[in-house]
Amino acid sequence: MSTKTNPPAAVLAVAEKTGGWRERVQQLFALAGLVLIFIVFSIARPQIFPSWSNVTAILFSATVVGLLALGVTLVIITSGIDLSVGTGMTLTAVMAATFIVNWHIPIWLGVIMTLLFGALIGLINGVNVAVFGLPPFIATLAMMLVAQGLALVISNAAPIYFDPENFSAYLWLSTGKLVPGLPNAVLVFALAAVVAFILLNKTLLGRYDISIGSNEEATALSGINTKKWTMIIYAVAGLFTGLAGVMISARLGSAQPSTGAGYELQAIAAVVIGGTSLSGGKGTIVGTVIGALIIAVINNGLQIMSVRQEWQNVILGLVILVVVFIDQFRARQAATT
Amino acid sequence: MRKISMGLVAFGVAASMSLAACSTGTPAASGGASGAAKPYIAIISKGFQHQFWQAVKKGAEQQAAKDGVEITFEGPASESEVENQMTMLTNALAKKPAALGFAALDSKAAAPVLQQFKDANIPVIAFDSGVDSDIPVTTAATDNKAAAAEAAKHMCTLIGSAGTVGVMVHDQTSRTGQDRRDGFIEGMKATCPDVKVLEPQYGKGDPNISADIASSIIEANKDLKGIFLANEGTAIGGIKAAKEKGVDGKLVLIGFDSGSDQIAAINDGTMAGAITQNPVGIGEQVVANAVKALKGETLPKVVDTGYYWYDKTNINEAKIQAVLYK
Repeated sequence: MSTKTNPPAAVLAVAEKTGGWRERVQQLFALAGLVLIFIVFSIARPQIFPSWSNVTAILFSATVVGLLALGVTLVIITSGIDLSVGTGMTLTAVMAATFIVNWHIPIWLGVIMTLLFGALIGLINGVNVAVFGLPPFIATLAMMLVAQGLALVISNAAPIYFDPENFSAYLWLSTGKLVPGLPNAVLVFALAAVVAFILLNKTLLGRYDISIGSNEEATALSGINTKKWTMIIYAVAGLFTGLAGVMISARLGSAQPSTGAGYELQAIAAVVIGGTSLSGGKGTIVGTVIGALIIAVINNGLQIMSVRQEWQNVILGLVILVVVFIDQFRARQAATT
Repeated sequence: MRKISMGLVAFGVAASMSLAACSTGTPAASGGASGAAKPYIAIISKGFQHQFWQAVKKGAEQQAAKDGVEITFEGPASESEVENQMTMLTNALAKKPAALGFAALDSKAAAPVLQQFKDANIPVIAFDSGVDSDIPVTTAATDNKAAAAEAAKHMCTLIGSAGTVGVMVHDQTSRTGQDRRDGFIEGMKATCPDVKVLEPQYGKGDPNISADIASSIIEANKDLKGIFLANEGTAIGGIKAAKEKGVDGKLVLIGFDSGSDQIAAINDGTMAGAITQNPVGIGEQVVANAVKALKGETLPKVVDTGYYWYDKTNINEAKIQAVLYK
């Protein structure tokens, strides 16, 4: 990011081409979908669903999966995948509790250390992918298991509690209300989304991210150290995982060592709904945020309507299918015209 | 090939059931124990997700020290890992224990392996939730249905017999989930017929997911008077949601089991009360009954390990403190 050399023209061209109008249309579609779903639920339950307190509940419930999805977006754009973010989040939550509760490290420092620990998890993924050439699926699957096991080992398989008397500042990170009526977790998510947006759209990291995903060989041939950048991108994804770990443990007032598995799939679902292609080379942060919100709105809306829970997953699955179908259909049309 | 072996297993199970019906006696104490070596009892629980399992483990270890037996205590990382538990069960069989303590995540899935234990003359002591089979020589468990009905009775009194009540359960498939859900709903119908009981919602025992669901329930039902939270993870989520929504103290939350968060919530008034099982007692009964089985004693079909209602007024009584875990 700090390097002064300008990216080669070929890479820029790729980035420009993929970052063009098509993705903007896609975002509009996703946004229209979100608005449509919101309107449907609002008509179904007009007094309850669109109320401010419910809207904040929706935003709140989108934050954890949303934070994970931000990092996963960057990884998926490289045409990689990160399966380790769910249990990685749990491990970082356990580390946050270990640092702050067990080791009595000041909260601000403990949070920074937790974020760095998350980045370390990502960096190891990145090294395994970029240096040792493991397929991202395998490398991060292994990390998912390692993180799940370590979270249980380090915590002694017991939740670690942030005693509210001593650690109210930590709990405040998620449930405090800097803006009246809005949990801080939502602000953190918004801020993180802005950071991710800038990273992807305004920095070299974003440009190389897209060009590695479009054509890694060509990117390498044009003189870019793709291995280094791949590692950095995975590490940045880990940073978001660490932040999610902080936010979930701050919300619950405890690190729960055996949860987390399954969150990675929710995060990937949010990314896919947002229009990021699993084959890499294209994707947007705005889309991912919309994707995370769509999942949160559907879950909340169906619960508000007291739909039997068995059906909630079915409906969410169908929404993912529909979104991807529409996306592919438009891609094919765009290719023929 | 597969069909044939499945058929054989089914036949084996059926045959063993009729055998068990004839002879109430238990297999001889010969299972693996030889000479002066301490008998080894393998215990496989549903997990260690909650402190509940740690308390069961503690009880089992205490009893093992008393009875002079050796035990191992293991369980899958989460209570949805049926497959993983099957592997542990198979591995335990390979170690040729003198007896097995087993809390089934899915008792039907476990039936074929349990049959192998029976064939090897290894007595099986079921605990926590029952196993739908005649193989276990006894079952040490809480009567979850009766316990949840007790929760319903308290809910009814506390909300004043009117309004809407939510039900949140950890999952749809486990026996404890089903029994607590059904016990509560039937209990509400019996004691509080005018209360509207909402469709049960399931949060996987994950506090974060449960908090989101509880928020939705609170949001969606303006006349909501209370929520029944069927296990520890679910209860943590319900407590967080009530605080986030600012209805703590107004909404009647009734929990299940214990743990730091529930105990704190009962003390500060966020939670009205909870049902606790006797996890330490369950662990003790597993080992004690395994030892009895090894001696060839006849065991009752079910050992009820009991439950208690606890709230602000009795939480500090010795009887309750003994069964609560943090």
